[in-house]
Formats: sequence, structure tokens, C-alpha cells
Amino acid sequence: MSAIRVAVLRAAGTNCDQETLHAWTLAGARADLLHLEAAIASPDRLDPYAILTLPGGFSFGDDIAAGRIFAARLGRHLRDRMLAAIDAERLIFGICNGFQILVKTGLLPDVLRGRTWSEAGGCTVTFNEQGGYLDRWVTLEADRETPCAFLEPGRTYELPIAHGEGRVVFSDAETLERVRGQHLDALRYAVPVAAGSAGGDLPANPNGSVGDIAGLCDATGRVFGLMPHPERFVDPTQHPCWTSRPGRGEGDGLAMFRAAVERFR
Amino acid sequence: MPVFQVEIQPATPDPTAAETRLLSQLEQAGIAAPSGVRLTRLFLLDGDLDVAAAERIGRDLLADPVTERVRVRTGQDPETGDAARTLEVHLLPGVMDPVAESTLGELRASGWPVSAVRTARRIEFDAPVDVAAVGRLLANDCIERVVPGMAPLAEAPVPPESDNTLRTVAVRGLSAENLADLSRRGHLFLSVEEMTRIQAHFDDLGREPTDLELETLAQTWSEHCVHKTLKSAVVYDGAPLPGDGATARRYGNLLRDTIAAATHRLMQEGRGPECLSVFVDNAGVIGFDETHGVAFKVETHNRPSAIEPYGGAATGIGGCIRDVLGCGLGARPIANTNVFCVGPQDWPQDGLPRGVLHPRRVLRGVVSGVADYGNRMGIPTVNGALQFDARYLGNPLVYCGCVGLLPRDRVEKAAGAGDRIVVLGGRTGRDGIHGATFSSAELTDTHADEFSHAVQIGNAITEKRCVDAVLRARDAAEGCLYSAITDCGAGGLSSAVGEMGEQVGARVDLADVPLKYSGLRYDEIWISEAQERMVLAVPERHLDAFLAVAAAEQVEATVIGTFGHADETGAPLLEVRFRGTTVGQLDMAFLHDGWPRTERAATWQPPAVVARANDRPFTLAGLRTAVDAEGAARRNGIIRCYDHEVQGGSVVKPLMGPGQGPTDAAVIRPVLGGDRGVAIGCGLAPELADADPYYAALAGIDEALRNVVAVGGRPDSAAVLDNFCLGRCDTPARMGVLVRMCQACHDGALAYGVPFISGKDSLNNEFALHAEDTGPLLDLLAARGWATDEVRAEIAARGRVRIPDTLLVSAMALVPDVRRCVTPDLKQPGADVLLLPGLDPLGFDPARAAEMHRRVADAIADGLVAACHDVSHEGWAVAVAEMAVGGLRGVDLAEVLPSGAFAGRVASYVLEARGPELAQRLAASDACKLGTVSPTAELAWGGETLALGRLLADAGAVAPGVP
Repeated sequence: MSAIRVAVLRAAGTNCDQETLHAWTLAGARADLLHLEAAIASPDRLDPYAILTLPGGFSFGDDIAAGRIFAARLGRHLRDRMLAAIDAERLIFGICNGFQILVKTGLLPDVLRGRTWSEAGGCTVTFNEQGGYLDRWVTLEADRETPCAFLEPGRTYELPIAHGEGRVVFSDAETLERVRGQHLDALRYAVPVAAGSAGGDLPANPNGSVGDIAGLCDATGRVFGLMPHPERFVDPTQHPCWTSRPGRGEGDGLAMFRAAVERFR
Repeated sequence: MPVFQVEIQPATPDPTAAETRLLSQLEQAGIAAPSGVRLTRLFLLDGDLDVAAAERIGRDLLADPVTERVRVRTGQDPETGDAARTLEVHLLPGVMDPVAESTLGELRASGWPVSAVRTARRIEFDAPVDVAAVGRLLANDCIERVVPGMAPLAEAPVPPESDNTLRTVAVRGLSAENLADLSRRGHLFLSVEEMTRIQAHFDDLGREPTDLELETLAQTWSEHCVHKTLKSAVVYDGAPLPGDGATARRYGNLLRDTIAAATHRLMQEGRGPECLSVFVDNAGVIGFDETHGVAFKVETHNRPSAIEPYGGAATGIGGCIRDVLGCGLGARPIANTNVFCVGPQDWPQDGLPRGVLHPRRVLRGVVSGVADYGNRMGIPTVNGALQFDARYLGNPLVYCGCVGLLPRDRVEKAAGAGDRIVVLGGRTGRDGIHGATFSSAELTDTHADEFSHAVQIGNAITEKRCVDAVLRARDAAEGCLYSAITDCGAGGLSSAVGEMGEQVGARVDLADVPLKYSGLRYDEIWISEAQERMVLAVPERHLDAFLAVAAAEQVEATVIGTFGHADETGAPLLEVRFRGTTVGQLDMAFLHDGWPRTERAATWQPPAVVARANDRPFTLAGLRTAVDAEGAARRNGIIRCYDHEVQGGSVVKPLMGPGQGPTDAAVIRPVLGGDRGVAIGCGLAPELADADPYYAALAGIDEALRNVVAVGGRPDSAAVLDNFCLGRCDTPARMGVLVRMCQACHDGALAYGVPFISGKDSLNNEFALHAEDTGPLLDLLAARGWATDEVRAEIAARGRVRIPDTLLVSAMALVPDVRRCVTPDLKQPGADVLLLPGLDPLGFDPARAAEMHRRVADAIADGLVAACHDVSHEGWAVAVAEMAVGGLRGVDLAEVLPSGAFAGRVASYVLEARGPELAQRLAASDACKLGTVSPTAELAWGGETLALGRLLADAGAVAPGVP
């Protein structure tokens, strides 16, 4: 059986591309880097890929707001391609900056058809409540009934975050309720069960995200984005407690890549 | 062209995080602040738009539809704002504005007829406020303009057109006095001897130099570029040099005869790591594995950071990254480091001398600068240090380091005759003119006005594009597409092209250099230090392929000339042309080697009174105080502002263990999936420099080495870098300090078996006080106990504050298998906690210290150590507390405890034993037992306990005020 093909879409300022490729490779996929401008110039280049990944970084410097310019370019040139890919049961994965882009393209939490994010609003990812950029580890819990293709319902994950704009906010309570009702709040910050978690003594919710939301999926479960970095925890030695808590086989983050690849087996 | 101001405001009246932070910043600064503030982002668009179009741009691109709302203001709008409670901050013309650049790019790409974009911010209080004081706190007049109320809308200014007629400078026949005056007025910072040498050269040529030639010589001969003090001949006559007891010694070239000599001897003897490139390139390189080398470079950016901390530190790290990218045929940056030396953070607001920024503002600014730039580049910032001393007040030190990985067959480079000179990256503007000469000058209370043009703001994304393009061209299928590369740093094109063409000569046409705006003079183009530029030598056959790679990465690449130019005798020449006229022609040999060597006298005598660190006996209360001391609590907050995990290679992170305690060195695994790593640490001991600069230097080496050994780095595979930061070296006594430090580097390198592979010096780190400020400063230093009698006497006599003599030593060491790394967090209740007491830093024998490091490294390699922490200048007690915090464990301390609880040592470690063998192994190094690991997070001693809960909160909290 031929390997599942994954495209990692990069632009100026994308900077988590190499470790994202590495994670996909460990998960058994065949991953390629693809420049956003190359994809815009010839959109057919996206066709061979079962999974499209938007990696982390500071696309276009996060100038104006995180992911905004990437989202504008993606939305203007490749929106229809992406909608078609979702309909064809392909997957779209956004990590950190990629998540911000998916929200600002209007693909999360709802796949908007016919309207742009700036017209529809509804949900955004904005500045952390405590102010400023933050690199630390968090404990996460997958929703028990989430349709998300990348998560194991109810499972706990420990992953690092590294962002200044990761607070998920909704324009109104109804939108939040709808998202919860459909279990689109796929991944939430959680209080660690055992003492001595990777997050130390820090608050469970690192950025003030509404509903403790760390990641969102769409109703099909095929589009998933999250602020934490699963590609930074594929090997046990990437965990901040690896010298004191040995015995992990592999990093929690790798499970997300594996789950996506499994979809196509 | 009409101007539309798109104003973006929060959608609800609730204060945003930025607004809350601003209010607390005012409070910290002692400005009576109203209860509420509103921040508005302003985008000024010049273009053929109407209000509806500007609103649409605001909604579709600039505002967040959920959290923000848009308003458009035009020139017809009569509103001027209430100047009693409103101010706007606009960038001065020509200052880099990355957001405006990105916005303009996207607006053009989406078809909007916009010709210029500027950004600004409005700060609106809910009640009257001291607007001028707020402006001084929040804006920097080197790069920004504060407008009370609302600024009237005006078109983007057009930079002035320069007169480009060729100018010569009359130097022939000038007296020594007039030459000195010319050097001073022209900000050339050349000595009379140097000016006289230039005069003689042009006398021989029978003509006057052009302004560009004189500038090129000033840049190339600057202390910053040529390190003429460190390379001068020195005759030392003074107190015995500890290595061999000599009281007199002549050095033909101080650097060559000490630091470089030790490295070359180690290489000959086959000791230390495999050195692939030392001292000759932008960074030093050692072997990493069979296919890669690892490069390391540390730079300082002190002067710009003193004036504009954010921009200074950001462009500092940006420049250091370019050094690594320009090392060999290009190394991929894999880690950044930073060390900051600043004034006490609790300096009274009303006690600041003129021309000085508050140390809190300096620290906040430099941390944000490094974080914003390094994070955007996708390079983990993994190691650093923080040092406080009142003498850093007006002249803070900002060290930025970068580590890179490069293939072994990409270490050598040489521009060939016929190669095209290509400039890659950002465009050239008036920014950063005179950076090299400025950094060789001293700071005064008026420097901010005189040298604001040397201050710059970086644009990390342009640099990221450069990195992406260079690495793709380096690794092209048809082979590397260029034959040489260097960064465009201090001195701009003049230094970069001059250096690359030293052997073969070069011809440049400045009219081909892409400019940010028209109107630059030819000499401005030549010496501008505009950021984010690299210069490459591209063979003709690869030119199209190279330009295609740059285009695909959306970064500008332009041919500006050709390498290969010589006179009739074959001597390489540098010829600079502009619009058909030769504006400069210099002999490369004179440019690079013509500067007059001087012989300097050096002496040093020990101070009459040596202030020793006060070693108090251990008490729990004493530990509590030591941990509360400045710096300890703030470090974690700073660490968390940096992405230290991007690229996925951080194996030992700056904070480790369930309690997130600080580690000694970082370990990076640069090849994902491999086992090999590189440990990165640093050491400095400026607190010892007044007693003896020799031991301050030696202790710095020891600490750097201790750092990397503590995590599992091999000392026999370690290499180090030197970064000297001193005051003026214009007297024999000051030269004596430099000699003793250099001699210590030589002796230390040989004793430890650790070569220096790269270095940099920054001299003249002094701050000249306004006459009226000297008295009050001395009173404050005395009242707070911030300076010794000797230091205050020197300030009183000279009217200047000299920094403590500071040598930063940065170390890297190979880690054969990262899975065997050790971290400081305590692990197993019941295990023994041992102290390796080390040696007294003043007067120690580095050969004995080296033996102790080897024993610890061997014990770690043999799996006998569960946790290890280096004892820093705070003493072993703080080390034990940090280990406990990191592991959420405690220690039952032994009844009788060794000395050194609160005093610094060298070659000293605290270790958690894995089994009894460790104590036996280390017995020969006088190891003693401090106690036993306990399961709960508290230290127990003499029937009392100290709960680590508060320590823990300190360690985990994000320090307020650190952005």
C-alpha cells in the first residue's frame, strides 16, 4: 500500500515546517513542503495530497494580526480547493499559526460557504489574556464525543504551547453553545490529574481561552486546528520531565498524526 | 494623494490585556494615571480610495471582526483630540515599519490602489494626564514622534533628494590638530596616527581622498571591525601573571599570542574538539558528526540597546543570526542565546542621570526585542544569563549568540574573480549609518540625539526569507549556487564587499543597489547598515538559478558588481562607481592592513583592599533571602517569553522537571531522529574583575564549562567563545586588565583543554555623565551600597561610569547520546545529595578544576548521577533549592554543613547520587554529603523546615512587566 501523502504548506515566516515533516514521517506518511505562492500559482499541485497541514510560525510576521495575511491569501486564491478537499473526505490540520489561519479563513469552527470570516465573524483567536507571548507545557483533554479525525475521544495529552495570540473568543454566547453542542471544541485545556505535570504550578488554561478551548474542529471532523504543538512532542526526550519520568514510548503529539494517517488505511 | 486613517479599536469597553499592562507600566514608573485607557491602532493609507473603500480594507484585512471595530478618519475630519488626555505615537520618516510593509504588500496583491502605508498608535485616557511624561515612557524619540491630541493627516513624506556630486576631503597638508578635528567632526573615530597614515597614503597617490574613501577606511579600521586594541603589541610590566609568575612580558599581537596561540597549540596536540574553522570566519566551527559541523557566534549590541533597547537587541540577534548564516557557505541557525547586564531594577525613577533609560525599561525592551526577533525567525532561544550592577546603568550589555549547523563540505569559501556580487534581502535606506564607528565610541548624555541614525528596527521576516533562500541555494541539486557569502553588518556594503574581495578585488556600481526610497547619496548607500542583507559571490553559470531561488522565496536579489579587479601590478583593488563616475578606488592591501600598529604599555597591581563575597554560614532564613534576591524570580518570566522549543530539538530546556526549575545548559538535538546533541552554556564573573581580572576571566571559563558538563556534555569536546566588554583601554592600567584577561584565556584554554574558536570585543563601554548628575549619582550609589568606595572615587574623578570588566565565555560541547543527559531536578526520595565543593575562584589552579570537571563528566557518562546542578556565584544553597523546586522534592540537610553556602566557587557541583558509587568516585575531589532527598517540597535543617511553595510560585510565575 502506498504511503499517505501530506502537504505542509509554508510561506514567508513559517517556521515549524521541518519538525512537522518529521512528525508526519514518523506517523508513516510521505510529507512534502509546498510554498503557498507555488500552490496559488498552480493549485493542481494540491491534488495528490490526502492531508493538508498548515504548520506553526509567524507567517508574514503575524503583521496586522496572527495569520491574517496568510488567511487572506489562502481565502482569496484557494478557498474553493479547500472546500472541495473537505467534501472529498480529505483532512486539513492547522497547528498554532495554522490554527489561527484556519479560523481567520472561516474554516473553523464552521466551514463557511459563501461568506468570508470578516463578514461572518463568530469566532476568533486573539491576544492571550495575561498579555504577551508564552512558552510552556499544558495538559489537554479531547472531548468525549468529538468527531475530530485527529483525536482519541476523552484522551489526555501533554503538549507545549508557544504563542502570544491563542485565546479563542466567540462573538456571542449562542455561537459558543452551538460549538459545544456539536462537540467542535475538540481539545480543551485541563487540570492535570496527577501532581507534577509538565505545566508545573501554572494555571491550567494558559491564555484565558473561552471554554478552555485549545483546539477546534468542524462538524465533519476533517478540519482540525489547535494552539499547542503536537509536532514538538513525538519523542519522549522532548518532554520537560523526561529525565524524571522515564518510560514513555513516544510523545503524545505523535498520536494525532497517527490517527489522521489511520483514517486512510 | 488623499490620506485615509483607518482606526481600529476594541469592540467593547472592557480593558484589553495591552491596556491593563500599559496602566501598570505607568504605575511602576510613578506617573499618576487615570483609571482607564483606550488604545487605538492607526493605519494611514495614501491612495485613490474613498471612505467606503477604506472602511472595507479595515474590515477585510485590518480589524478582527469579533474583537475590534473600524472607523475611518479623513483630512476633512475636524476632530483634533483632547491634548490633555490623548496622545499619538508615529514613527519618524524612514524608520523600518514591518507591519506597514506587510500591509502594503497585501493591499497591492489584492488590487487596492494604495501607494503608501504607515502605522501609528493612539493612547487615550479617560481623564487628564501628564501627556509629556507618558510620551517619554512609551515612545522613544530616536525613532518615534509623540503628538499630543490627534496628529493632523498628512501625506507620507518624501525623503529629501541628495546632492550626488562627487566630494573630496582635503587631508593633505593638514596639521595633526586639524586631522584630529576632521576625525571628530566627521564621526570617523580615527586616531591622529591613523589620520596621518591616511594622509601619507594619499600624498603618495598625489590626490585627496573622496568622502567615500575616507568613510570606507574609517569603517574598516574601526575598533568594531579590526579589533586594533586587542591586536596591538603590548608590553606588560606589573603584578605576576599567575600562570608562570612572569612580571614582564611583550606580546607582538595580544590576541594572536594568547587566545589564538592556545587554540593552535591544542589543535597541534590533538586535544579538544575537532576544529574546522577558528577565528577566520564570521563564526567558529567544530565537528559535530560525520557529515556536519556546528558553528557558534556571540556578538554584542550594547550602544544601540542603550538608546533603543527593543530595536537594539532585535537587530543584535538579527545580526548574529546573519553571522551564522554567513559562516562558511551558510549554517542553518539552530539555537540562540542571550546575556543581559543591566542596572538594578529598583533604581529610583527620580534618580536617573540625563540620557539614561530606566534599567527596567532597558530589560523589558531587550527581552521583547530578542523574543520578537528570535521567535519570528523560528530559532529556539535556549540559554542565557542575567547580571545586575549599578555600573551597567548607562551602558547596559546585550550579548546575542547563535548556533548553526552546516555540512562539512560547506565550511570553506572564496569569492572567485568573475563572480557576480549579489546583495540579497532588505533594501538599503539611511538607517544605521555609522553603526561601526558609533559602536567604537562612548556613550554620553547627548548620544541619543547625535547617533539616533545608528539605531534601527529589524524586520525578522525579511531575514527569514534570506535564510530560506540561502539554505535552498546552498543545498541545490546542482551544488552550492554561490562561492562565498557574508552578512552585511557593521559598515554595510563597504565592509562586506571589502572583506569578500580582499584577495581578488571588486568593482561595485552603487546605482544598482535597490533602495527603500530615492535620494540617497552614494556614500550613504555604501555605508548604510540597513538590516537583513547578505552579500554573495555567485558564479555566472549559477546566476539565473540563484535569482530563481530568491524569487521563489520572495526575497530581492540584485547584482551590484563583480569580484576580480587589480591594478597593473596585480594588487587587488576596490573600485566603487556611481552613475558613471568612480567615487572611490582603494588598494585592498592598504584598506585591510594599512592601519598603523601601535605598541601599548600595560600594567596592573592588585587593589589595596580586596572585597570578598561575604560567606555566611547556612541558615534557612539566609536561603530565603538569597532566593528572593534580584534576578532569581525574574528569570523564568523571561525564559517563557522565548520560544525555546521550536525546531523540536530541545532535549534539555531552560526549565525542566515537574516543578520547572532552571537548568545549567541547554542541549539541542539538531538532527531530528539522531542521538547526538550539543550542549550550550555560558559563564561570566564580572564581580571578581575588580579584585583580579585574571581570575574573573578564568572563573568565566570554568562556569561555562561547568554548565555544559552538568547536563552531560563532554569537556574534552568543548569549545568556547570570548566576548570582552570593557571600558576605555587608553591607559597602561586599563591595558593591564585586558592583558590579564587574555593571558587567563590562554592559560585556561590549555589547562582545561578547551579551545577558543571565535571572539569579539567591545571596548569603550563607559557613560559620560552630565556634570550636574555626578554628585546625585554618587550619593545614591553610597546610600544604596551599590558601589565600593574605589568605584565612587573613580566616578567622581572622571565624571564617567565605567562598566565592570566583563568577559562573557560561551561554551558548546558535544553530547554523544542525548538520552544520557542529566537535569538538576531532584528525583528519588532517599538518594544522597552530594556537594563537590570546588575551589576558591580567586587564586585557583585551573588544572585542578579541570580534573574535577572530568570526574563529574565521567560519573554522568557512567550513569551514576540522577541530578546535577552547577554551583553559581550565589553559592551551593541556592543550587540545592533550585534542584528541589525543579523536582518537587525536598532535602533533609545534614546537621553539619560545609562552607560556601552563599559564596561562589569554581568547579563546584551539587549532585543527586544514583547508588553509593558516586561518593567513592568523587571522594578524591573532596565531595561531601549535604543531605538526603525527601518526598515533599521542603528543606529541613536543624529541626526547622522551609516550604518551597513560595519559591515554587516565584519560579513558575510570569514576571509582571516582562512582556
